[in-house]
Amino acid sequence: MSEAPRFLRPVKTAANVGMAVTFDTPLPLDCGRTLAPFTVAYMTYGTLNASKSNAVLICHALTGDQFVASDHPITGKPGWWNTMVGPGKPIDTDRFFVICSNVIGGCMGSTGPAETDPATGQPFGLNFPLVTIRDMVRAQKRLVDHLGIEKLLAVVGGSMGGMQVLQWAASYPDCVRAVVPIACAARHSAQNIAFHEVGRQAIMADPDWRGGEYQLQGTRPSKGLAVARMAAHITYVSEMALQNKFGRNLQNRDAKSFQFTPDFQIESYLHHQGASFVDRFDANSYLYITRAMDYFDLAEEHGGMLSEVFRVNAARFCIVSFSSDWLFPPFENKRIAHALNAVAAQVSFVEIRSDKGHDAFLLDEPEMFATVRGFLNHAASDLI
Amino acid sequence: MSLRPDLKAIADMIRPGSRVLDVGCGDGALLEHLVRTKNVDGRGIEISQANVNACVARGLAVVQGDADSDLVDYPAQVFDAVILSQTIQATEKPRAVLNHLLRIGRRTAVSLPNFGYWKVRLALLSGGRMPRTSGLDYSWSETPNIHLCTLADFVDLTRECGASIVEAHSLNSGGTTTRINPARLTDSYMGPNLFAQGAIFLLKKN
Repeated sequence: MSEAPRFLRPVKTAANVGMAVTFDTPLPLDCGRTLAPFTVAYMTYGTLNASKSNAVLICHALTGDQFVASDHPITGKPGWWNTMVGPGKPIDTDRFFVICSNVIGGCMGSTGPAETDPATGQPFGLNFPLVTIRDMVRAQKRLVDHLGIEKLLAVVGGSMGGMQVLQWAASYPDCVRAVVPIACAARHSAQNIAFHEVGRQAIMADPDWRGGEYQLQGTRPSKGLAVARMAAHITYVSEMALQNKFGRNLQNRDAKSFQFTPDFQIESYLHHQGASFVDRFDANSYLYITRAMDYFDLAEEHGGMLSEVFRVNAARFCIVSFSSDWLFPPFENKRIAHALNAVAAQVSFVEIRSDKGHDAFLLDEPEMFATVRGFLNHAASDLI
Repeated sequence: MSLRPDLKAIADMIRPGSRVLDVGCGDGALLEHLVRTKNVDGRGIEISQANVNACVARGLAVVQGDADSDLVDYPAQVFDAVILSQTIQATEKPRAVLNHLLRIGRRTAVSLPNFGYWKVRLALLSGGRMPRTSGLDYSWSETPNIHLCTLADFVDLTRECGASIVEAHSLNSGGTTTRINPARLTDSYMGPNLFAQGAIFLLKKN
């Protein structure tokens, strides 16, 4: 049999996913189903000290993965948080043992819809159970237990990673000393759910999606996934950042073409964002993970009282937001700080001035680095 | 590290082990002092990003925000003491801010500059222009101090807000502080309202 065309292969088989551990004990999920066995793929950086007190868990965002501080095996690009994590960086791998795992439902080696369902021998596809942010954190807890770490020095993450960070503090308050949610919210807003639904519908409208069975049928809904990424990307940047970077500049031409080919730089930029994304991401994974974010509402079980989530919480919180982030605006972040204040938790909150929008948390933001460095250094001062 | 005399006077008002909210906590010098020497459970609100970072690096729990918009989100009576140091004159709504402070804390410590200080009065009388003194060294068009008042004015405000003065200290020109009799504060022409550069009040809701 000749080698299958590249688009038929699951994304991850071309890649070295780093380390992975498979658990046979079933993982109970919020939807009522269980996942067994399940695999968590992860990377670590730095060295765990003898007292196992220097472990920092990084939680990745919607389209992130475990390659937080090392080159991506598919794209070859540097780690997605290279500016934040590494030797001498704010999350200093010379001092801290950094763990980052791919979320369940993801497509970089952890169990997700593109993986083989042991019950059928075929890809899960839409038979994969709907997972939640809490389920992702449950799986991470298994990994942390597996590594023999009773208490994490810190859990840090931005966007969906920030949601996981909050969930860690809510689910396992005795297992975290310091908590750093960045550019996130305690619940997904109507506007954010709306944008996600546009992305999902774009994927499902692609004839190559095949009701989620594209792996079996030898297709890939790349166009739908690219459109989903294009729409989402707009929400990651501020209006001012787009205007400053692209304005109405034309792409490789002197005049408008009077056709529907991309005339404007912003159009070809978005096309590029979409096209490069489909090389490294699975469409069904995108459906599942966006859904997990939509379902996130930390206060739901407490009648909307966010304070109740954090009652009796000894962890120290440092919440970071960005002034031009309209996806997770500062007021959503500050709401978490006020809820924590109401139950006398130790919480700090910063609103960093930036014109870069939501993506600021991934970019060179010296004030964010200073905040995180100062906070972690103090949190670690009596431990390491 | 020595604390500024006005901050030292405020620190002396705080009971060991109490819960304290410092509104406009700056770089956290007072809060850190209280945490270290009096074992208080301290929180801060601060408007400047750089100052919040300084506080976070000191291990303090500080929320970036300002007195005018953020106090409304704090529940009633959760703090033993709330501190507002050299800030009330820079708020948009001093009366609303003071009401919130009295609601949030069982005791409220407020320090403020005195626009009735004789040098300020003299500067206006003799110069005919908005006074600039060592304590209030801004041109009128640049100053963040948009609601300046005299000590007598502030005492009136505390009464209108239903608060009583537990104790009061004058801030003297040499940087020292002196405990004063609150009853003398409403004398417009003599006493602290003329001779004090500023004052520190410890208030409680009636």
